[in-house]
Amino acid sequence: MNDRGTTAAGGRGWVGDPVPRLDGPLKVRGEAPFAAEFAYDGLVHAALVHSTIPKGRVTALDTAAAEAAPGVVLVMTHHNAPRMRPMPLSGTSEKAGGPDDLPVMQDDRVRWNGQTIAVVLAETPEQADHAASLVGAEYDAEPSTTSLARAKADGTHTAVLFGHELHVEVGDAEAALAAADVAVDATYRTPYQNHNALEPHALTVVWHGDDLVVHDASQVVVHTAWTLAHMFGIEEERVHVTAPYVGGHFGGKGVWSHQPLAVAAAKLAGRPVRLALSRKSVYRLVGGRSLTEQRVAIGASADGRFEALIHTGTSAHTRNDALVEAFPFTSRSAYATRTLLIDCQGAYQDMLTPSTMRAPGEAVGSFALESAVDEVAVALGLDPVELRIRNEPAVDPTSGRPFSSRHVVEAWRAGAERFGWAKRNPVPGAVREGEWLVGTGCAAASHLYVRQPGGRARLTLTADGAATVEIAAHDAGMGTATAQTQVAAESLALPPDRVTIRFADSTLPGLVAALGSSQTVTVAATVLAARRALVAELLTLVGTGSPLAGLTPDEVGPHDAGLARLGDPGRHESYASILAAAGRADVVVEASAPPPTEMAEWSMHSYGAMFCEVRVSAVTGEARVSRFLGSLDCGRVVNPTTAGGQFRGGIIMGMGLALTEQTLVDERNGRIMNPGLGEYHIPVHLDVPEIDVIWTGVPDPRSPLGARGIGELTITGTGAAIANAIHNATGKRVRELPITPDKLL
Amino acid sequence: MIPFTYTRADDASDAVRLSGTTGGKYLGGGTNLVDLLRETVERPPALIDVTGLSSTVRRRPGGGLLIGAAVRNTALAEHRDVRTRYPVLARAVLSGASAQIRNTATVGGNVLQRTRCAYFYDVAGSRCNKRDPGRGCDAIDGVNRTHAILGASAACVATHPSDLCVALAALDAAVHVEGSAGERTVPLTELHRLPGAHPEVETVLAPDELITAVELPPLPAAARSTYRKVRDRSSFAFALVSVAAVLEVRDGVVEGVRLALGGVAPKPWRARGAEEALTGGQATTRAFRAAAEAELASAEPLRDNGFKVELAIRTITAVLDELAGGTA
Repeated sequence: MNDRGTTAAGGRGWVGDPVPRLDGPLKVRGEAPFAAEFAYDGLVHAALVHSTIPKGRVTALDTAAAEAAPGVVLVMTHHNAPRMRPMPLSGTSEKAGGPDDLPVMQDDRVRWNGQTIAVVLAETPEQADHAASLVGAEYDAEPSTTSLARAKADGTHTAVLFGHELHVEVGDAEAALAAADVAVDATYRTPYQNHNALEPHALTVVWHGDDLVVHDASQVVVHTAWTLAHMFGIEEERVHVTAPYVGGHFGGKGVWSHQPLAVAAAKLAGRPVRLALSRKSVYRLVGGRSLTEQRVAIGASADGRFEALIHTGTSAHTRNDALVEAFPFTSRSAYATRTLLIDCQGAYQDMLTPSTMRAPGEAVGSFALESAVDEVAVALGLDPVELRIRNEPAVDPTSGRPFSSRHVVEAWRAGAERFGWAKRNPVPGAVREGEWLVGTGCAAASHLYVRQPGGRARLTLTADGAATVEIAAHDAGMGTATAQTQVAAESLALPPDRVTIRFADSTLPGLVAALGSSQTVTVAATVLAARRALVAELLTLVGTGSPLAGLTPDEVGPHDAGLARLGDPGRHESYASILAAAGRADVVVEASAPPPTEMAEWSMHSYGAMFCEVRVSAVTGEARVSRFLGSLDCGRVVNPTTAGGQFRGGIIMGMGLALTEQTLVDERNGRIMNPGLGEYHIPVHLDVPEIDVIWTGVPDPRSPLGARGIGELTITGTGAAIANAIHNATGKRVRELPITPDKLL
Repeated sequence: MIPFTYTRADDASDAVRLSGTTGGKYLGGGTNLVDLLRETVERPPALIDVTGLSSTVRRRPGGGLLIGAAVRNTALAEHRDVRTRYPVLARAVLSGASAQIRNTATVGGNVLQRTRCAYFYDVAGSRCNKRDPGRGCDAIDGVNRTHAILGASAACVATHPSDLCVALAALDAAVHVEGSAGERTVPLTELHRLPGAHPEVETVLAPDELITAVELPPLPAAARSTYRKVRDRSSFAFALVSVAAVLEVRDGVVEGVRLALGGVAPKPWRARGAEEALTGGQATTRAFRAAAEAELASAEPLRDNGFKVELAIRTITAVLDELAGGTA
């Protein structure tokens, strides 16, 4: 199945139909209000001043010139900032959203290069920017750690993921590696990266007495509301956070220091505040993906069976955060192997706290793992598709649990057929067109299935037979509202234009972060629970003369804008009729999804077989992707159109990961030297060929709707597929990203 | 933003007069200067808009072309004479920036654009001798993969970012200048200065001197010319290395060659050493590579940019091979 010429699931705009994004026309017309577009009387604009040292104290702040500049309302520094509690670290309570537990502008300490040391409020954004450039600072710098080498020398610690140390041992992998017929053992490196969402972070803040309203660019509105309430010492109910339209988040639009700073500045000024970060400020204040240094070693028997798989290494983070880029995580469930060693070490730096960035851990971990698998295939002289199929596990190799649904072998076969893999020349450097070396490569993609426990929704059915679902979930352009309209319409047997989804508002029910590619199933499970509650409620309303009279909830289901007896659609009454007969204007139910026990009972992932063709200049080392195919196994696809956009977007981001993207950090002082889209190279249109995506479409029997996560899947595997194609083209094995021309000379 | 005045000049002499009275900077398409204003690298008291200057490309009596300073990059690249008689120039322009920027950028402004060195742009956090003479250079021992390997100094290792200028250097273009001291013509190759101890002084122009036009000599050989740019992505990236070349070969012998490099030096780098080595010799790959190696023999790579030496040698060799093979 694919998104080109898809057979519609029924053409009703229900699950499986290729429905264009409902927010598209509004956005094209410029009528979708983003966070920095909410207007308030007396609104003032904020600009930030960033530190230029990584660690030490601010000994003097000269704000006089800024305060005297035209239009300036005030300058906030640690001297006059309202008192706030430190960030509540994410994971310390269910709604805590802090990426770290640092205080925000409460003291003279500098903790990273780029930390905010002053906030300037002025009548216009230009006046604020200008005044910010007039703030002078003096520092007492202290020795700092701003390179991975130095951080490692200071000692490392075992990383913790989901409350457990990220260390797995099955058998004696080192011994098995040493005894294997064939062994590869190499170090892979991936650089700092930044999300670069199209919409830079922004928020508009207004205090009404002790009530706070925040329009944010957010993927966690409830967490943000609770976190701000905690920091400012007010009741959670008094904070209202909305994020109706968000221009991409990719894991970067959680709670960071800029939100409490804007809230504090608004409190200090007694006026509404808008803070729209410059692209440069986003780099200075919002963490990206940290760098990694990974060892992958694989020992195989002569017939290609894995005897040992070792995936270890180190990533840098800070003393105050809870997150390590968990790269070896990807190797836990990937292959049948007799022995397994996984270990992830963290090393402390004096830098900005890193963040989750699209497929944290798995994106860069799969680059190392899947490169190493390709190295094994080359060493054995075995086809890399066949090698992977040969090591397909029967059960999860780490947990021993069965897979809920794993059809990646079908994806490999279908992908190989469609890509023309059989015509591949396996000899590196053998295919040349003029100066261009042509090669093909493949790699496996995988992404952990997650369903969040916090799904809760309110479902309102009105007398005109229309339904509204309200849940505090999020849509940053990936199509949440569109997909859930389809889910709700199908589950209530309504046309989609009779369904409204209200979301991204902290006053709505539910605690659903837009993280882990988990929203679709989390919200869908909630909608289905609400549907059950609604059916039960409606049956209490039907009159004795109704065709539904006497039936129990288990005996009826939605049919044709109403309810009908299962298997007997003639016994039907419309919603409008039920409500009219009962004299009701509406029926409102609220329900929670059942706990996500499937995650504990089964090994659940989305999978993919990624195929790539590259052309590498034998003269300059420039590598360009000329063809790409993602063959995916991700359960039932709710909307082929929006899914196709997610798949292609992930692959393009994977191309950037492989070939161009790198946040350049001056290791002498931890300063980011390319904080902008001019010098941080995301792929441009000319870098991106036609991308083909197909999928198995096999529903997962263990998940709501049979669906699994798709948003992050395709950034995994893509980097290795490209690196492996480059090896096939050139004979060069590049183990350090990005693969820029200098590495291929 | 820092306040400044804005005036639109009627013509070149009006612009020069305004420069004298305001101490302002000339504004072309603004695709570089406005960035520098935003970053507060540039803080001029006045901007003098010179986009009203000549925006035509005219044939000169002797067969050359006179390109008005206000000609937009897109118009230059699309001009029939440029495409057919100076393909190196059209290709250089089209390899630069994006379509939107090329629609706005002017020839005069392109010639005077400033380096993209990250430390130059980081006003708040980095030292730079171009911005703040004598304070030091954080790039020399910093992140310097894109920096210069030729012609740099202990004070500055920044590169000149223009593609257009590299072609102009190879074509022996001349820059027409008008200032309060009168009019003069400066060869493009002598317009930009090497940094030495004063990287803040980037050209030989006096503060009030205005580029009014760029003149291309009649150069029949330029019909066989090309430009190749090596970069980290396919578009919208500055050159790691670029090569502009004009090659005349007769009976397997190099009769004439003009070669200029971009991305490797503080100015468009005319490779005269390579040209001398090649002229009169055999037009072979071996000779091309030897000449390229000779040109790069004086390269002084930094921590991150040693690859540029081999990349430049290979790219020069490939470009000359291509021209010698007749597929220009």
